[in-house]
Amino acid sequence: MVQVQLTRHLFAFFPQLDGLTLEVEAADVAGVLRALEARAPGIGFYLCDERGRLRPHVNVFIGNTLIRDRRHLSDPVTAGDKVSILQALSGG
Amino acid sequence: MSGKTVWVATRKGTFKIEKSGGRWRAALVGHAGIGVNYVARDPNTKRLWALLGHGHWGAKLSISDDDGATWRDNPAQVKYPEGARYIGQDMYEDAASEVGVGWKTTVRNATLLKLWVIAFGNDGALWIGTIPGGLFESRDGGTSFELNRPLWNHESRGGDLFAGEGTGETQWFGTPASEGGEFAPGIHSIAIDPRSPQRLLIAVSTAGVLETSDGGHTWRSRNKGMTMDHNPDPEAEWGHDPHLIELCQSAPDHVWQQNHAGVFFSDNGAQQWRKVSAPGEGVHFGFPVTVDAHDGKVAWLVPGRSDAQRMTIDGGLFVARTDDGGASWRQLRNGLPQEAAYDVVYRHALDNREDAVAFGSTTGNLYLSEDRGESWAVVSHNLPPIYAVRFG
Repeated sequence: MVQVQLTRHLFAFFPQLDGLTLEVEAADVAGVLRALEARAPGIGFYLCDERGRLRPHVNVFIGNTLIRDRRHLSDPVTAGDKVSILQALSGG
Repeated sequence: MSGKTVWVATRKGTFKIEKSGGRWRAALVGHAGIGVNYVARDPNTKRLWALLGHGHWGAKLSISDDDGATWRDNPAQVKYPEGARYIGQDMYEDAASEVGVGWKTTVRNATLLKLWVIAFGNDGALWIGTIPGGLFESRDGGTSFELNRPLWNHESRGGDLFAGEGTGETQWFGTPASEGGEFAPGIHSIAIDPRSPQRLLIAVSTAGVLETSDGGHTWRSRNKGMTMDHNPDPEAEWGHDPHLIELCQSAPDHVWQQNHAGVFFSDNGAQQWRKVSAPGEGVHFGFPVTVDAHDGKVAWLVPGRSDAQRMTIDGGLFVARTDDGGASWRQLRNGLPQEAAYDVVYRHALDNREDAVAFGSTTGNLYLSEDRGESWAVVSHNLPPIYAVRFG
């Protein structure tokens, strides 16, 4: 299982996820997002545009490392990984 | 005036304005901290629709069925279909150019950059204008939305890029109003003919006005009589920058346009426009215009100085009203600040209903008149930057 941590910002829109230990079965980041969409319909369009690309100001980390493929979300994940989905900060 | 509600979309949430205890009061009712480009009530269903721009999380449609007490994302969101592409113009560094930059056309994949305006046909249809220039329609009350392909594939945009590469040329240019900063066309005005909801006028920044009379199956330009001061050919068919168009509900052939290049009026359904700017009266540049529902020759504007000075004229805020189709204008200043006031009023931030007129500015000031603009009261000086003001 892959553990998923979401920025608290998203709980304002998907309160059903707040307080849960989110664990999903997935082989890559795209699979993680599909699993989240199944639990919270609509969240995929918050994280990605309609072409499936990660939105410009959303960051996904596997452990402490930013994913490389923001277009197809093909970075692999394995059991025990922790995936963090956070909003990017750009100063100000 | 009793019973009137004003909905205000701001950079930081949706506000409901109602009169109680003899004065108008603003209350934050939804989307705290979130950009709201537009909010309006569907007169057919009474549902409220808010067009959000989340920044990090993209553009979303939000709805309320309890007068704004609670909001939720509409289950169906506006999404560009697979294969939707458009021709854009990109600036690039060019050392060989005298000015250091060049322009090239590129074909871009379309994704939703901004929800800008929603309109409601009396046949129940919903129409939504977006950046990058897609018009979306719903025939099932918002259960689903579809891109209007005849407009998207219009010859003025370079033809059908779903099917092939088209002509490679577009007459639709851009607006900097998209949330991501991308320079792309935007549909900000949708005027539906109440006599026939199959007839619509839309306005595009930057291209001009287009009309359909068959529910969106075919579109034609409606820019005759328009003039530009930013094009070597001031009467070119395309390249116009309408800031807003609105038609009269009881006389729909009376159509008003606040354009980048002046104020224009048509009394024949936009078949022919006539410039009715009055620079001597301060009436020329601005963004919003609103038309009386009962008399198509009556309209209100909030002028600015010019495109180079998008602010009030000499620090005094006024609303301009014509009662005669633009032949003459009056400056309405009673109750509005006349010293060191530099409000800018965006295109959707002026509206009227019966004798009431309301407008809001990017400096968070909201003003309301109950006597057709003859006198004004302050509703608030402290709202977030205001993007839209709608009675409903």
